[in-house]
Order: sequence, then C-alpha cells, then structure tokens
Amino acid sequence: MKKNLLLYSIAALIVAMAILITACPSSKKDGVDANAASKVYVAPGQYDEFYAFFSGGFSGQMSVYGLPSGRLFRVIPVFSVDAEKGYGFSEESKAMLNTSHGFVPWDDAHHPEYSMKGGMPDGRWIFINGNNTPRIARIDLTTFTTKEIIEIPNSGGNHSSAFGTENCEYVMAGTRFSVPIPNEDVSIEDYKQKFKGALSFIKVDPNNGKMDIAFQILMPGFDYDLSRAGKAKSHGWSFFSMYNTEQANSMLEINASQNDKDFIAAVNWKKAEEYIAQGKFKEFTSNYVHNYYDENTHTAISEKKNKVKVLIPGECPGLVYFMPSPKSPHGCDVDPTGEFIVGGGKLATVIPVFSFDKMTKAIADKKFDKEIDGIPVLNYQSVIAGEVEKPGLGPLHTEFDGNGFAYTSMFVSSEIVKWSLKDFKVVDRIPTYYSIGHLMIPGGNTVKPYGKYMVALNKITKDRYLPTGPELCQSAQLIDISGDKMKLLLDFPTIGEPHYGLAFPASLIKDKQVQYYKMENNKNPHKTVKEADTKVVREGSTVHIYMTTIRSHFKPDNIEGIKVGDEVYFHVTNLEQDWDIPHGFAVLGNNSSELLILPGETSTIKWIPKETGIYPFYCTDFCSALHQEMSGYVRVSPANSSTKLTWNK
Amino acid sequence: MNKITKIIFALAPLSLILMYLYPIWSISLEAPQYPEGLGMYINISSMEGHKPNDIHSVNGLNHYIGMKIIEPDSIVELKLMPYIILFMILTGLGIVFLNNRKLILVWIVLFLIVAVIGMYDFYMWGYDYGHNLDPHAIIKIPGMYYQPPLIGSKQLLNFTAHSYPYIGGFAAVFSIVISGFSFVFDKYILKNQRTKNE
Repeated sequence: MKKNLLLYSIAALIVAMAILITACPSSKKDGVDANAASKVYVAPGQYDEFYAFFSGGFSGQMSVYGLPSGRLFRVIPVFSVDAEKGYGFSEESKAMLNTSHGFVPWDDAHHPEYSMKGGMPDGRWIFINGNNTPRIARIDLTTFTTKEIIEIPNSGGNHSSAFGTENCEYVMAGTRFSVPIPNEDVSIEDYKQKFKGALSFIKVDPNNGKMDIAFQILMPGFDYDLSRAGKAKSHGWSFFSMYNTEQANSMLEINASQNDKDFIAAVNWKKAEEYIAQGKFKEFTSNYVHNYYDENTHTAISEKKNKVKVLIPGECPGLVYFMPSPKSPHGCDVDPTGEFIVGGGKLATVIPVFSFDKMTKAIADKKFDKEIDGIPVLNYQSVIAGEVEKPGLGPLHTEFDGNGFAYTSMFVSSEIVKWSLKDFKVVDRIPTYYSIGHLMIPGGNTVKPYGKYMVALNKITKDRYLPTGPELCQSAQLIDISGDKMKLLLDFPTIGEPHYGLAFPASLIKDKQVQYYKMENNKNPHKTVKEADTKVVREGSTVHIYMTTIRSHFKPDNIEGIKVGDEVYFHVTNLEQDWDIPHGFAVLGNNSSELLILPGETSTIKWIPKETGIYPFYCTDFCSALHQEMSGYVRVSPANSSTKLTWNK
Repeated sequence: MNKITKIIFALAPLSLILMYLYPIWSISLEAPQYPEGLGMYINISSMEGHKPNDIHSVNGLNHYIGMKIIEPDSIVELKLMPYIILFMILTGLGIVFLNNRKLILVWIVLFLIVAVIGMYDFYMWGYDYGHNLDPHAIIKIPGMYYQPPLIGSKQLLNFTAHSYPYIGGFAAVFSIVISGFSFVFDKYILKNQRTKNE
C-alpha cells in the first residue's frame, strides 16, 4: 500500500511537471496570432495605416516606420551627424549641433513626443530629447527634418524628456543626474549638500514651434527619470518620477535602491506661471545654445543664451508636491481621463495607481507626512486609488487603449500585463522577446487613444533573428490589442535602441508633405537660380564655387585655377522643381561628407585640396538615365602657380 | 429674327466667356515613373502646368530628346487670342441687337475660319516642337519625332501623350454648334411654323 502511494505520488509529480513544462512560455511562437500574416500584410503599392516614430537611442536619430507592416521609411538625423545626408557636415547644417561645449556630433535620443491640441496629436512637430548633452530637438512633420535644437542648462542627463502638455504649451525636461547648480568644481562627496536637480519647462510658440526655456524648478538632488503632463481634468499639472531619493553618489544600483518608496512629483505649472508673472523667480546664469533652421535660407543659426528663470519650491508654496511611490519608479503615466497616475516601480511588487481627485483633496486637507526642502510629501494612503497586485516583475511603463484598460511593460519578467482601470485586476498577459522597456499604443498617451495595436520596444533579441556577430539588433514587436486577448503579430528590427515610440493615423500628415522647396523662396545667400549665373569667385585663399545641378549635369563642370591649400566652398543649388529628384555632390579626397541637395535647396561643402592634380566630382544620387555622365573635374595647381581661375558655364 | 432665336444665338458669344475662365486645351503625359502624371493646360493667354512645376519638368525631360524649351511668354498666339475671342464675343452680341439672320451666318463662317487657322497653328506649333530637334540631343532615335497628337493619344518613347480640348475648348465647340442651330432654327423651323400659321 505504501509502495503504491509512492508510485502514485511519483506519477502525479511527473504529470504535474509535464503540465508545468508545457505551460511555460518556452516556445518562440508563444502568443502569435494564427492569422498574423494577413493582419500585417500591406500589399505592394498600398499604404500603412499608421506612421510610427521610434527613438534611435544611442544612434541619436529618430526612425519612421509604417504599422502594421513594420517597414522602415526613413531615419531622420537629429543629434548625430549623418554623412548620407550631409547633416552636420554641410556648412548650412553644422550649427544645428552646436552646444555650450562646442560642436557635439552625437547624442542619445530617448523619448519622442508629438505636438498636441486638445490632448490629441495635431501632426505638426515631434520633440525628442538628447540625454547626454541635455538638449531637446523639434522635428517638422511636413519635411521630416530637424528644425530646432535647444540645450537645457543646469541639467546632467536629460532623461525625463521630451514630454508635452495637451495643447503644446510646454515641453518638459528633468535632469537624470543632479549636478551643482550653477555647476562648479566641488567634491563629489558633497553630493547631498551641493547637488540639485532642475525640472525645465520649455515654451513652444504655437505659430512656428520655436522653443524657449520659460522656467526651471530647482528640486532636491534626486535622479529625475520620466514625466507626463496631466490631461483633461488634471491639465495644468505635470508629474515627474524619480529614484535615488537616498541621494547616493556612488554604486547607485545598491545605494539608490534602499528606500521603500521614492516619489512622483506633482508640479502645478499653472501656479508656476503665476509665480513667474509675480516676479517670484531668481535669474540664474548658465550658458546654453539655441539652434534653429531658417526656413528660407535652409541654414541653421546658433544663438548663445545665458539667463534662465528659476523657481525655488520652498519659496513658492503650492508649486510642487511629492507622492510616495514604491521602489524607484520609472513611468508616471496619466490615463486618458486624467484621473489616474500610474507609477512603474522597477523594483516594486505592485503597480501603484494614484488618483488625481484624491491628490487635490489630500493637498486641500494638508495630508502631509513631512517636507523635503519645502516640498510637502503627501500621505501614500490619501493619494492612492489602488494597487495592481502581482503584476509581474519590473513594471516600467504604462499606456492605455481608451477602453478602460492599461498595459504595463515588465522588464524583468519580459512581458506585458493588461489590467483593468475599474478594479486594478490583471486580465491578460503576453510574453515579449526579450526584456521590454517602453511599450506604445497609437495615441496611447492621449485623451482618446487610437488603440488597435501595441508595440513592445525590446532591449534584447538573442535568438529572435539571424545572428549578426557579437552585436545583435534591437527590436519592436507588434501586438494586436483589438480583442480580449493580446496577440503577437510581428517582430521587426529597429535602428539603435528604440526607447520609446509614437504612432498616429497616416491620414494626419500624409497629404501635408512638402514635395520640394520652391526656388522663388530660396533665400540662401549662396544660391544660384539659373545656369547663366554660375560663377567662381576667389577672395584671397578662399574660393566660392556657385554651382547648379539639374538632370543630368553640373554647371560649371570644369574648374581650373584652384590652388593647394585653398579653402574651397562648393555652393550647390539643385534647380529641379520636381518631387523625389535630389542630386548628390562629392569630390575626391574631401575630408568631409557628400551633399544631398533637395530640389530648390542650396547646400555648401568645404574642401581644402592638399595636393596638385585633377580631382573628379560627381552626382551620388542616381538621378536619371544619364546619371553616370553627371560629373566634372577640378584642376588643383601649386600654391604659387599662376593658373588662371576659369570655369565653363 | 425671332425672340427665341436671339436668346439661342446669344448663348454662342456668351459661352465664349468660358474660354477666359478655363483652359482651352490639355496635354497630359503618362509614364511609369510619373504615377502622379504630368501635363500642361493651354489657356487663352498663357500656358500652365497641371501642377505648379510641370512645364519646368516637361522642359527637363525634353532636353534629353533635343526639343526646344517651352517658353509660354514667347508664344505670340497667346498674346493675340484674348483679342480675337473678345472680337467674336462683341460682334456676336452686336448681331443679337442688329436683328439680321444673315449676319449669324457671317459670324459662323468667321468663327470657323478663326477655328481652322487656330487648329492649323496649333498643329504647326506641335510639328515644330516635335521635329525641330537639337542635332546634339542626348537620345537620338532615327525616324522618331515627338510631335504630340492634335487630338487623341500617342506613344512617345516611354511617355503616352494625350491631347484633348478642355472646358474652354468645349465652350468654343458649343458656341459654333449653338450658333449654327440658331440659324437653322430661325430659317427652317420657325419658317415652317409661320407658313402653317398662315
């Protein structure tokens, strides 16, 4: 009898094990929709339903994809030079990458944000942050080019950025690394006494999108991680998550993970506007640079600035409150109604959901536990609406489908959990491959999400694609969220690291695209509007070549009289006035990039020839049947030669 | 002339006003790499692209086969046409008041002469552009000429060219037809009625 019991037990154990093993998410096809292929298939010549914009992470750029196909359309150069487009190499574009530290050819782009009206994308601009040398860029959605970059002073790692308010009043930025403000030579050991964090509010001109730092708020020296603006009922408030409230300055992975709760700051920016209007700000001196493209000259201009208005919370009651949030919160995401603020505590065991109504009541009732640097800390129980129990491990970031459900990414357990905003109960979960960071639902941060799809933005791909040596691609995964169960539809690789993305219906901007730059609007001082006007001008050792391109020739295409050591500027104007006909320009041996000149545009590249001889140049963008013929020669003579400057028109 | 005849005939000169408001002719080009199409309108006193830079683009393409650059400003016909049509409108309206049926016939004949000369001129313009090619043209195909069709469609290398009247042109056709009808109406139909009544 005892022996039988043992046998039964072993048999039961084996059966249980078998069930457990088959139930484990071990299959690579787990969660894949049976009709996935037909759901992501966009027939040749057909358009995708959504534009999607993904940050390029350490590539510094932003990529544009179509959904549901996952096809890559374009990589927009933002913070990093792009030799393909002459970005950061041409004389016209160089100034775009100027900072108070000089020319910085790279950055780390994390979070795109679209301009909104009434809490919905208006299809005008996308803002994106540069994390390393704190900056925010504005990309124009009629040209898909970077139009402006503003440096954020008093900041050390612009991570909680670029998040905007519901009518594009402000784009926000918060410093991930606190630094002495103003920055100075101090011991790192003095972190607690001397290091501060700045939250920045950047005003956006509603007419032309131009950015200007309206004010900064001087916060305690914590690490400000992510932010979101309130919406609908909570419009006028902004929320910033933070970690390292321990104020550790070394080995943060341990030392900044000690507190049971860190904070989400609630900032009343309407109140801030009042304080600014009353003059209750201090003017700080800090160097920063503001670069923007002139629409007509197609030239970037840099402007140096050194003053910024700063509000001190201790002197401005009602400006900032802290809501305790479990264990190093990352996301602080606001639901479509503006009522719920969802914290994503990387090390937390629950997902806390804060109530905006309870928060305003707790503020009115002064339910404060303590104060930090004059900032009241609200009582956790007084502001919490509920906690999502057992969601998984490592909750990071939450978006919403507009049908009463929230979706939270779980970095550690590598999955997405879907939960109800009614009772905060988990209703579904789906694995991601692997280690998801942010997730994105089209319009998932708006007052009325478009829903239908969700994109998981993953950090690690391991065995998901054909291997490519030690460095593997990072990826996005498209998930169908139209039904009760989430269903995986598609994996597709991304450029750089896709920290965060955005998507909206293609119809919002599809028909607003600039097709070419009108020649009559070209105000570049070095333009040449017709072939008869082409010329070469010597000014001492500087030579300006005013050149034109049209299918399929350069004018001039023979230039003599250039001397070794001359500073030669090719000012190339593309005379085409037709969509999709750029011309390229490259000269042999130039220590720079090519030019890619769009129709109606003038671009300039510098060349300093070092040796005598004949130097061919040619069109690099296959423009026509006679593209191979589109070329020319420059003769370079010795520095002391008397070769006459000649060219053919 | 009967009152009804006058009203019908008045439509002939009046419909010519449309020639000032809408293009008279349209030439369009189709090719695989131009899915959006390319083309020109011929207006009473100007030429314009179907899209803002189409003439610029057509000139760019024409340089491969050695065709002359189309410069609307240098086309004399476009300077004369507004006055010729104005003349037709004024004389037409004058006939309405002069009350002479025979003058209708004179007007129609005059208009037909203008129309025939106009079409011949248009044909010769197309002939000149299509045949008078630069001997140094990039693409030379023996025996190949690029004259667009007067009316209809024609394959020119990788382009299909379509040439048809447009609203202004149809207005001119309508004008001739309605003036002819008014003459016939007055002369025969009303005459029959008058005879019957007697």
